[in-house]
Amino acid sequence: MLQKSLTTCAVGLLLVTPALARANDSAELEKIRAEIQQLREGYETRIQALEAKLRETGAAADRAEESAQRAETAATQASTPPARANAFNPETSLILQGAYKDKKNLPNRHITGFLPTAGAPDNTRGFSADASELSLAANIDSWLRGYANLVFMDGSVEVEEAYFETLGLGKGFTLKGGRFRSGIGYQNEMHPHAWDFADNNLMYQALFGEGALQDGVQLKWLAPTELMVELGAEAGRGAAINNANQNGAASVNLFAHVGGDIGVSHAWRAGLSWMHAKVDHRSFSGNDLAAQPITGDFTGKSRIWLADFVYKWAPNGNASYNNFKLQGEYFHRTEHGSLACSDPLSPALCAGSGLDGGYRSAQSGFYLQGVYQFMPRWRGGLRYDQLYRGSADLNGSDIGNTISELADHDPHRSTAMLDFSPSEFSLFRLQYAHDQSMAGVTDRQITLQYILSLGAHGAHRF
Amino acid sequence: MNTLWKLLPALLLAFAPVAGATVNVLACEPEWGALARELGGDKVSVYDATTAMQDPHRIQARPSLIARARSADLLVCTGAELEIGWLPILLRQSGNAAIQPGKPGYFEAAPLVRRLEIPTRLDRADGDIHPGGNPHIQLDPRNIAKVGVALAQRLSEIDRGNAAFYQARQKDFAQRWQSAMQRWETQAAPLKGIAIVSQHKAFPYLYDWLGLREVATLEPKPGVEPSSSHLAEVLAQLQQQPARMVIRAAYQDERPANWMSEKAKIPAVVLPFTVGGADHTDDLFGLFEVTISRLIAAASRDDAK
Repeated sequence: MLQKSLTTCAVGLLLVTPALARANDSAELEKIRAEIQQLREGYETRIQALEAKLRETGAAADRAEESAQRAETAATQASTPPARANAFNPETSLILQGAYKDKKNLPNRHITGFLPTAGAPDNTRGFSADASELSLAANIDSWLRGYANLVFMDGSVEVEEAYFETLGLGKGFTLKGGRFRSGIGYQNEMHPHAWDFADNNLMYQALFGEGALQDGVQLKWLAPTELMVELGAEAGRGAAINNANQNGAASVNLFAHVGGDIGVSHAWRAGLSWMHAKVDHRSFSGNDLAAQPITGDFTGKSRIWLADFVYKWAPNGNASYNNFKLQGEYFHRTEHGSLACSDPLSPALCAGSGLDGGYRSAQSGFYLQGVYQFMPRWRGGLRYDQLYRGSADLNGSDIGNTISELADHDPHRSTAMLDFSPSEFSLFRLQYAHDQSMAGVTDRQITLQYILSLGAHGAHRF
Repeated sequence: MNTLWKLLPALLLAFAPVAGATVNVLACEPEWGALARELGGDKVSVYDATTAMQDPHRIQARPSLIARARSADLLVCTGAELEIGWLPILLRQSGNAAIQPGKPGYFEAAPLVRRLEIPTRLDRADGDIHPGGNPHIQLDPRNIAKVGVALAQRLSEIDRGNAAFYQARQKDFAQRWQSAMQRWETQAAPLKGIAIVSQHKAFPYLYDWLGLREVATLEPKPGVEPSSSHLAEVLAQLQQQPARMVIRAAYQDERPANWMSEKAKIPAVVLPFTVGGADHTDDLFGLFEVTISRLIAAASRDDAK
């Protein structure tokens, strides 16, 4: 605009120049001078006006841009959901579980050859709405996060986990305290709803019941390497394998895990754990060889070595359509101490029965399982459990000669399952197990199970 | 013995600490990794947690990712709950204070842009919905530009010594991006207003930018696999109200889109979705070049019929 006006003025000047040459007398010259003066003043005023207008337009453009930016920011903010008063409530998640089980009625259900550690295996048959799990989690402050998992059963609530954990202590350290699932092994940290089979593997069942809980503290350190190297130590009560009431740490666990990727489609993790527990009056019940019920308890030391590995495959690392998971764990446990016969109802049974005395065992076992997702939402899996009863002596002779549940039998079980997940929040499972964990009994078990998750979107571990 | 000597370097490498002189960036998705490379040049070392062939909703907190999170100085993620299934575990297991939410080392892209498809009701019956709106914000280049400004700012904050470097690179990137954007918009002008079908609600930001109209999705609900009954419904709808193409992301199953393509006689288009999702999409510019050229190719194939 401005440029155009200037050009017009310049052209005007050029037109005027020839007139100048022709003018001879001064009056005419004066007149022309005055005209030029007028012309100059005219275009200077116009240029000034145009400049002012330009400044104004520029400012208006700036203003327009500014208000556009404001509108954009407002739109961005408007697309952020408003914070509500209950925004500080913990993330809540409820897991509903239920099953239909078809199996033998064995009131005396047990794993032969292994002193029970945490109650007898489940003998529930028919329909049952199993334990429902309620979990609550939230950051407590800028340092700590809290988590609680409560299991509701008929007539009781069990505190499965209730712990605090540091939020990035830094340098790779994490400190945990309270009641938590121990970091040993692979499956131990998983809640039953995350298991790939409807029941626990025999190894964990024999060692811990459901899993090794720890009332205590855990310190973990992650190495600053490309290969994942994680070291952990725990000290506590050792809830699952011990009902100790003593000062100090009854249970000390150490574990190390390493893991990484092989290309884009394969991932793995392997670990080694060591558990040491001072066991104080861990009770058991059974029958002697004359089928007389007896109860007693074990006091002594329990040492467990655990080796675990898991391997996962998904084409291009995309697990949505097909994926495969292979997992296995091995343990070796030695226990030594003393068995005490304790039968408050009929103390006479214990006296001189030979049920008291030094106890020593060295036992091992493993499980191996593979789960394959053959199409979206559908998975099939196989599991094999094997325990080796090894040596278990009471007063220097085989305890199987005294207590029938501890007879020399190597428990084993084969399991197949098929599950269907309509969405990531629901799962229905059919399972068949050929169970020979009890000496002389072959139990063919069919289980139908559902696992449903309500509420907060839980993140699952590797 | 010989093999041991051969293996030794590999072993040492595996235990080698992650590079320390540069800013270690862990990008949740490849588009943010690419953006960090544009802005950070050789001052950053970037690791992408996912690839274009993976569904960013559904990866796992693998050991390799935990190890990377441990040494990261900056985590660059989408947010808006896209990574809710794995990132919280990664953060908790990393033992890394620098990248926890609220710290400068934790960067989310989605809150910086205007989000689309914010649900008016939150109910799992509606499928895999995100309270913060659709999280796939990367296919609107205007969003990339906005996130770029904020990311350069964040890099300057974390690595103050190189602040001028990041700002200069950002300026350069923004200029190149602006002119590329104008070019793409001119190229894509004929796409305005055409009707399309998508497999997953993965592209609303792309459609919003180019003015495409999504008339149906093959997934009955977000994140729910296409069922045959729903596909039949969509097909019936398309016979009444035709669409010009059916679009899916590279990481998604090809069968539903191909089936629809064959039945409805419209081209099936595979979009890279993010950096690395197709040949020649090694950076953000390539991502948009390929996306637009594939859309235009499909639209003109349809015209020719």
